[in-house]
Amino acid sequence: MTEVVAAPAAEVTVAHGRGELPPWRLLLRRPTFIVGAAILLFWVVCAVFGHAIAPHDPLAQQLLATNKAPSGAHWFGTDQIGRDVFSRVIVGARSILVIAFFATLLGTVAGTALGLAMGYLGGAVDMVGGRIVEAVLALPLVVVAFLFVVAVGSSPLTIIIVIGLVFTPLIARTVRSAVLVERQQDYLASARLLGETRGHIMFVEVLPNVLPVVLVEFTVRLGYAIFAIASLSFLGFGVQPPTPDWGADIGANYGVLPAGYWWMTLFPALAIASLVIAINLVTDSIEQVLAS
Amino acid sequence: MATYILKRLGLALITLWLLSLIVFFATQVLPGDPGRAILGNLASPSAVRALDHQLGVDRPLIEQYWTWVTGLLHGDMGTSTQFRAPVEPYIQAALVNSLKLAALAFVIVVPLGIVGGVVAALNYGRAPDRIISVAGLSATTVPEFVSGIVVIVVFGVALKVLPVSASAGAGASAASQFQHLILPAIPLVLVLFGYIARMARAGTIEALNSDYTRTATLKGLKRSVVIRRHVLRNSLLPTITVIATQTGYLIGGLVIVETLFNYQGIGNLIYKAATAKDFPMLAAGVLTIGVVYMVATLAADLLYTVLNPRLRLGGAE
Repeated sequence: MTEVVAAPAAEVTVAHGRGELPPWRLLLRRPTFIVGAAILLFWVVCAVFGHAIAPHDPLAQQLLATNKAPSGAHWFGTDQIGRDVFSRVIVGARSILVIAFFATLLGTVAGTALGLAMGYLGGAVDMVGGRIVEAVLALPLVVVAFLFVVAVGSSPLTIIIVIGLVFTPLIARTVRSAVLVERQQDYLASARLLGETRGHIMFVEVLPNVLPVVLVEFTVRLGYAIFAIASLSFLGFGVQPPTPDWGADIGANYGVLPAGYWWMTLFPALAIASLVIAINLVTDSIEQVLAS
Repeated sequence: MATYILKRLGLALITLWLLSLIVFFATQVLPGDPGRAILGNLASPSAVRALDHQLGVDRPLIEQYWTWVTGLLHGDMGTSTQFRAPVEPYIQAALVNSLKLAALAFVIVVPLGIVGGVVAALNYGRAPDRIISVAGLSATTVPEFVSGIVVIVVFGVALKVLPVSASAGAGASAASQFQHLILPAIPLVLVLFGYIARMARAGTIEALNSDYTRTATLKGLKRSVVIRRHVLRNSLLPTITVIATQTGYLIGGLVIVETLFNYQGIGNLIYKAATAKDFPMLAAGVLTIGVVYMVATLAADLLYTVLNPRLRLGGAE
């Protein structure tokens, strides 16, 4: 009998000991987080210092060296107008990371505010918000973004606003369910009894308690934003040429794949894949740490 | 249960109406002057005005919306500006093609996703679970054209075992059509695998931790029997819902895959409509995708109600 009791007791002390570590220390113990964060950091460095790192000018055309296979001079080869694919991949990190970050930030801020209102105020706000969420959910993200970008014309700002607005109801839905849980807590009852205003309760009392949920939503949505932006650029409705961009470069060069010129599309494709996988590793680690 | 179904249908109608507003707003209000967009910057103002009048876009917005919606209800989706012909035959043909591709992807991914999720759950927290979960999540967020490029390079260009284009050509045999659809189906399978596996995993873990599973184990049933009779039956219920709701996303993902593989489906149709600024076609295509998705979600909800004895036998609300 004592043995049976001993095992859970040991687990409790371990869990307690871990609980005292700050969350970022727990994150650094996870290999998946280290790998994901390292890849993400690499692309952030490329986005910021890309022009300094790239061995060639990503826009310089060498019409005597078009369609060259990867070699010592051009590690990833050259494209159909002789631009260095390696340099374009390095510099191309900038457009997608900047647009995805600001689109997700817009969606997270607006979605959190809407979710707090829907969850805390309830009633008509919740009802109307809920219907809008359903209508937006009835269309895949890429299709909605595509529809609006086609309608108003493509620019980085348009893409940020469209994706941010599509994310708003989706993030609001998640925040709303977290707020509904918080509503049952005693601290809200006491805040109400103290006569605090609704705005104060929502943003000062409830918001800090749903922040972990908001953080996870932000990282999850960042992955989706990159997915959508890369897809839009691939279709020709995202980042416009000649700006180096992974999706746009794939869209411009996939037509010559059957001719055997695989390097112009494969390397940007691998760059996109590595970026979204890195974000997923980071997201997964954060979720695991917050859940434990 | 009848009231639940009626309520669910009512909500679906409201969502459908909101969807029509979104599509109308995006395709007929936001683009500004459709006549100018179609004719270009060099056309004379009078020609633009004439075309605007012919398209009916110089009338008040509410009137335009009313005409459009009543037309839709009578099966009139408008006139394509690029083909100068009714939109419906194009939508219909494209939808049939898309459903063929989607069906193939589904037949592959459903068993694969369920097996993956159940295997992950049975190895909860150990290496197979981590690998399946992270790989599934990654496959889900890698855009279809990225995985599409990789399979084209590997199977179409390097190994030369499968055709790179999805269209088998007119009058091709069913076997040839099938062969041409294998490569385009792979990116769709990858995107859906993560969702289905994650749901199957969550459902299985919940069932494994339940009291009835513990009872079944404690009364001495073999683990394989417990899993087959008690765990799987309960765990696959939420998975069915996810599979049905993924149909819509699948059709949305087709925009990319069909463009990449040049396949004449609904996704390729709205892509071409967008590049040609053919807004009636674009509106009809996007609305069709929305409706297909809503019908799938509704079917999933109803199926869930029918399959779940707790809901079926009265306690619906």
